[in-house]
Amino acid sequence: MKIKYDRSACQGHNRCYMLAPELFDTDDEGYAVLLVEGDVPADLEEKARLAADNCPEFAIEIEE
Amino acid sequence: MHDSGNDHSRPSVQNWQTDFDHQHPDYAAAAPTIWEQIRTSGCPIAHSERYGGTWLPTSHDDVAAISKDYEHFSSQGVVVTEYRPDIPAPMGYAPPITSDPPFHQIARSILLKFFSPRAIDGWEPVARDTCRRLIADIQGRIAVGDDVIDCAQSYSQHIPVMIMADMLGLPREDGDLFRRFIHNIMEQGGGGEELPYEDTIDFYLDSHVAARRANLGEDLISYLCQAEIEGMALLDEHVRGTIALLIIAGIDTTWSAIGASMWHMAQHPDHRARWINEPDVQPFALEEFLRFYAPVTMARLLAKDIEFEGCPMKAGEWTLLPFPAANRDPAFFDRADEFVMDRARNRHAAFGLGIHRCIGSNLARMELRVAMEEWMQAFPEFELADPDAVTWSTGQVRGPRQLPMRFPA
Ligand code: HEM
Ligand code: SF4
Repeated sequence: MKIKYDRSACQGHNRCYMLAPELFDTDDEGYAVLLVEGDVPADLEEKARLAADNCPEFAIEIEE
Repeated sequence: MHDSGNDHSRPSVQNWQTDFDHQHPDYAAAAPTIWEQIRTSGCPIAHSERYGGTWLPTSHDDVAAISKDYEHFSSQGVVVTEYRPDIPAPMGYAPPITSDPPFHQIARSILLKFFSPRAIDGWEPVARDTCRRLIADIQGRIAVGDDVIDCAQSYSQHIPVMIMADMLGLPREDGDLFRRFIHNIMEQGGGGEELPYEDTIDFYLDSHVAARRANLGEDLISYLCQAEIEGMALLDEHVRGTIALLIIAGIDTTWSAIGASMWHMAQHPDHRARWINEPDVQPFALEEFLRFYAPVTMARLLAKDIEFEGCPMKAGEWTLLPFPAANRDPAFFDRADEFVMDRARNRHAAFGLGIHRCIGSNLARMELRVAMEEWMQAFPEFELADPDAVTWSTGQVRGPRQLPMRFPA
């Protein structure tokens, strides 16, 4: 599983950071920063889906 | 953003499809039913001649599309009024909420770092302390036999005020004054009388800003006094408008969200039990409170004519952005009209969509979470003293303003 994060769509709702802090951090202005490169560790796949499913701006996509 | 009580004289609505009035008490009483009627009527966007022409989209997709079309839908007016705001472009009265691109991003980025998740973490102890003191007061009153407590007046209302005052470096005791300003601005928006300058928020802020310029500190007002855009200090109107915005946008809204969540819990013993026994459900419950009871509806002024989804929208008309309706759209949410405490997929729009996303969303979430954590820990059991005695605000910010509760001994 890979995460595709679209910085231009992100408006800093921080839902991803709250639900999956292992996968997303935020910068000083509150926009998301994707922490993983490449494959999502298996034990975090559920959290990755949760982050994608709750982003109000559809800025996160999951590629299986 | 009208407070309760001022709009009972509005002419009654004949047809919600062609004559709706979002400030009418009938709308506040039954909004979800009205949205559903409009959604299923063949055209999900209602129109009304009131306020000089107003549109009401009800689907999530339409609300999202309008929120992101900055060319046709201007933020110069965000509260629907009988008159049109005179337009000091590019800022508007209260930047960034009344600003359009490209100035909007400049005004917004000045504020963002104060409201990032990490900056807000630093305020959590203040919120917790505030809640605990308010709860201790209430417990004291219960102990001496007060059996009905208005929790909107004694609890939810005070929580957002303390942090806003501290952040701005204004006296905490000015909370009542803040609420009066909010009330005045919103009532004037509805066509009330002009106040003398000495009674306005502008006068209050002008004097505080002048004092602060002479004696800078670490607070947000001092920061705004020193902020620059392309090497130039912010205009006085910009500093004042932004502070006014934080006071207006940060207080009634959060009060509403906390109050509505308490109102819900008072009536759902099963949800109270689950909150306490299953702490893992709390983050989802908080987002579901925000979805289900989203307090804020915004508005836009049509900057140019556009045919939007078949509707002939004309420059100078209003369109409402009912995020609460978007949050109940069955095409976007499963079981949209049900409160699902552990809803795992919840892309709600309570804090708006697009570039104006609520700057205070991290703060508001923290306040709501702490307010509910502390409350539920202190009072696992409580109920509405009299459901008919609960009053709600009408207009663009909706939440309980009187919330009498009873506590079993
Ligand atoms: C539960 C509480 C709150 C709700 C539901 C809420 C909702 C909203 C919404 C829907 C918007 C979008 C406006 C638009 O699209 O025109 C907004 C903007 C804004 N909110 Fe909040 N808000 C809340 C609390 C706060 C707090 C605590 C603050 C700050 C102290 C705040 C400050 C702002 C500001 C400055 C904007 C303008 C952002 C911009 O235009 O870029 N809000 N809010
Ligand atoms: S939830 Fe979406 S919009 Fe919010 S910070 Fe994460 S990616 Fe950005």
